[in-house]
Amino acid sequence: MRIKDLTRKLTISGAIVCALGAATVGLAPAVQASSMLKTGLKVFVIPKNLGNSYFTTADSVGSGGAEAALKALGETYAETSGTDDTPADQLPVIKADIAKGANALIISATDPTALCPTLNAAIKSGIAVVTYDSDAPTCRSMFINQATPQGIGDIEVDILAAEVHDTGQIAVVSASVDDTNQNTWIGYMKQELKKYPKMSLVKVVYGNDDTATSTTVTEGLLSEFPDLKGIISPTTVGIAAAAAVLDTAKYRGKIQLTGLATPDEMKKYVADGTVQKFALWNPANLGFLAAYAAVELASHAITNAAGQSFTAGKLGKFTVGSDATVLLGQPYVFDKANVNKFNF
Amino acid sequence: MEPELLSIAPAVEPVTVAPPDQGAAGQGTTPAPPAPSERGRRGGSGYGNLARWESGLVVALIATVVMAVSLSTHFMTRANILNLGLTNGEVAIMALPMMLIIIAGEIDLSIQSTLALSSSLIGYLWAHGWAMPVIIVTVLVLGTLLGAFNGVLVTRLGLPSLAVTIGTLTLYAGIAEIILGSNIISNFPAGYTTIGVNPFPHTDLSYSAVIFILLAIVFGFVLHFTPFGRAIFAIGANKEAALYAGIRVKRIKTVLFAISGLIGALAGILLTFELSTAESNNGSGFVLSVVAIVLLGGVSIFGGKGSLIGVVLAVLVFAGLQNALLLTNFPESASGTIPGGLLLVAVLVPYMGELLRRGRRALARRLATGSQEGGR
Repeated sequence: MRIKDLTRKLTISGAIVCALGAATVGLAPAVQASSMLKTGLKVFVIPKNLGNSYFTTADSVGSGGAEAALKALGETYAETSGTDDTPADQLPVIKADIAKGANALIISATDPTALCPTLNAAIKSGIAVVTYDSDAPTCRSMFINQATPQGIGDIEVDILAAEVHDTGQIAVVSASVDDTNQNTWIGYMKQELKKYPKMSLVKVVYGNDDTATSTTVTEGLLSEFPDLKGIISPTTVGIAAAAAVLDTAKYRGKIQLTGLATPDEMKKYVADGTVQKFALWNPANLGFLAAYAAVELASHAITNAAGQSFTAGKLGKFTVGSDATVLLGQPYVFDKANVNKFNF
Repeated sequence: MEPELLSIAPAVEPVTVAPPDQGAAGQGTTPAPPAPSERGRRGGSGYGNLARWESGLVVALIATVVMAVSLSTHFMTRANILNLGLTNGEVAIMALPMMLIIIAGEIDLSIQSTLALSSSLIGYLWAHGWAMPVIIVTVLVLGTLLGAFNGVLVTRLGLPSLAVTIGTLTLYAGIAEIILGSNIISNFPAGYTTIGVNPFPHTDLSYSAVIFILLAIVFGFVLHFTPFGRAIFAIGANKEAALYAGIRVKRIKTVLFAISGLIGALAGILLTFELSTAESNNGSGFVLSVVAIVLLGGVSIFGGKGSLIGVVLAVLVFAGLQNALLLTNFPESASGTIPGGLLLVAVLVPYMGELLRRGRRALARRLATGSQEGGR
C-alpha cells in the first residue's frame, strides 16, 4: 500500500515536473523580499491523507517539517485531511479549513484538477494556496517541487559511478516500457552517463512495478551479464525487489544497487551492505519550505512571480521559477549515516 | 464497508416477517390483529409516541447547535452553513426514499452503489464526449431502472429486500468499478461544478440542501397527505391486511424502489459536481448514515411507522454533529462514530423504558426471593 502510494506520488510529481520542463530555478535577478512576515496566520497543512508516514515526516514538528517552520514563524498550524487519498475525502476538509478562516493552505493534491473549483475560490478570497508533493497546476498560488527529472536521473548515475569507480557494465530495472516518468529519468541517466566513458548501460529491463516480475527480470540480468557491476532502479517497487535478489553473500558488495526508494524500505539493505546509497527527497525539508513559502505569500511579502525570492530558515534562499514553482533542490541522498533518522 | 453492513444486519434481521418474540412476551397489551409487535411497543396510538420522539429530536438538535457554537466560532458563519449542506446534502436527499421504503417494511441498501455507479457513468460518458444534459438524463433513467430492478426482485420473486439490496449494493459498486476503474474524471465544466463552491442564488445554502428541502416537501406531502402515502403505512403495518384492503402492494413497493434508484442517481449527479470528481467509490459508506438518519428520525425498522418531520430533524442533528466534529479537527478517521452512535441511539432509546421496567421487575423479584429465602 505504502509502496504503491509512493510510486503513485513519484509518478504524479514526475509527470508534473516533466510538464514544467527542467529549468525551474534559474538565475533570475532576485527581487528584494520584505522580511515583514505576519504572525498568527492560520495555516492548514492538508496532505493527501492522514496516517501516511511520508506526510507525517513532511508535516510534523518532530521531523522538522512544515509545523517546525510554522512554529518558528509564530503561526497557528493544523494538519487536516481525510483517511483516503481521494478528492472525495480531501475536499470537505479543505472546505472546512476555508470556513475556519484559513490564511494559507498547504496541499498535496489528491487530483490535479478535481480540487480546482474549491481552490480557485479560496485563492479568489485571498487565501494563499501552496501545493507540495503533488501539484494542481491550474489552481494554486505556488508549487513546491521536490525534484526535477534531470536531478533524479543525474544523481542516480553519479551515486552508482562513485560506487563502481566509474567503470563497468550497469543495467536499469525500470517499471513499465511505456511509463513516461521512468523513460524521462532513464533518458537523463543516459545523458549523464556520457560523463563516464568507461561505464556502459547494457540493458534496461522492466518489472512493471510488480515485485515478482521485478525479481525475475533482476535475476535474468544477473545470469545474462556475469560481469554486471551495478543496477539502478528508479522505482520503489523495483529497487526493493532487486535488493532482495542481491541480498546474498554472492552479490553483496560485488554488484552495487541504487535508485529511488523510501528509507523504511531500504534500512535493512543499507545495514547489511547490499545498498550503500539511494536517492529521494527529504519530505521534512519539502514541508518546511512549503510552510515558509505559504507564510511569505500570505504576508504579501512576496508574490508568485518568477524571480521573487525568499529565505526559508535553515534551508537558505529560494527563488520562484517559471510557472510559480519553487524547486526544493537536488534529490536527497540516503546512506548508512542518515537512513535511520527517517521513518517513512 | 463489509463491517458496516454486518453491523446493520442483525438489527434488520427480524424484518416484518415475524414479531421479535421478546416483544410479544414483554408486552401486556392485547395486540390489534396480527400487527407487528413493534408498533404495540411504541404505543398503541403511534402518533403520540412519535410526537414525543420528535420533541426529543428537537432537544437533541438544540443541544447539537449549542455544542457546535460553543466548540467553534465558525459554526454559524455563512461559509460553514454552505459546507453543512455540501457535506450532508446527498445523504439527506437519500434519506427521503429510504424513509418511504423502511416505512413500507423494506430496505434499500444498494442506494449508495446507485450513487457510485451514476458518478462513474457521468465520468465515463463525459470522457467519451457526451453532452452533459444528455448524460444527466441518461443517468437518471439508469438509476430508476437500477432501483426498479431491486423492486422486481423483491416483489415479483418474493425475495427479502435486505438480501436483494446487499447483493445489488455489491453488484452496482462492481459495475461502477468496471466502468471507471481507478480513474478519476474531474474536468467538468465550471457551470456544473459551481454547485460545489457557490450557494444557491439568494441563499447561504448549497444546491443540494435546497434540493433536499424541496424534495422533503414533496415526500412529506406524498407520505402524509395522499392515498399513496397511506398505502405505504398500511403495507408496512400489515402487508396481508393491506393486500385485502385492495392496496397494490407489489406495484407500490416496486415504485418505491424505483424512486430510490432515481434519487440515488440524483445524489450521484450532485455529489459528482460538488466534488468535481467522478470516481467509482464516490459515496462509499453513505448508506450507513442514511439508515442511521432514518431510524434516528423515528421510523420503525419494522415498518408502518415514521414521519417526515422526524427524518428532517434527524438530518439536522446528524449534519450538525458531523460538521461540528469537522470544525474541531476531530480526526476524520473517527467520523464513522457518528452514524454508528446515532444508529445505536435510535435503536436503543425506544427500548430504554422497556429495559428499565424489566430491570426493575427482575430486581424486585430478586429482592422478594432474597427476603424469603434469606439469600442464597
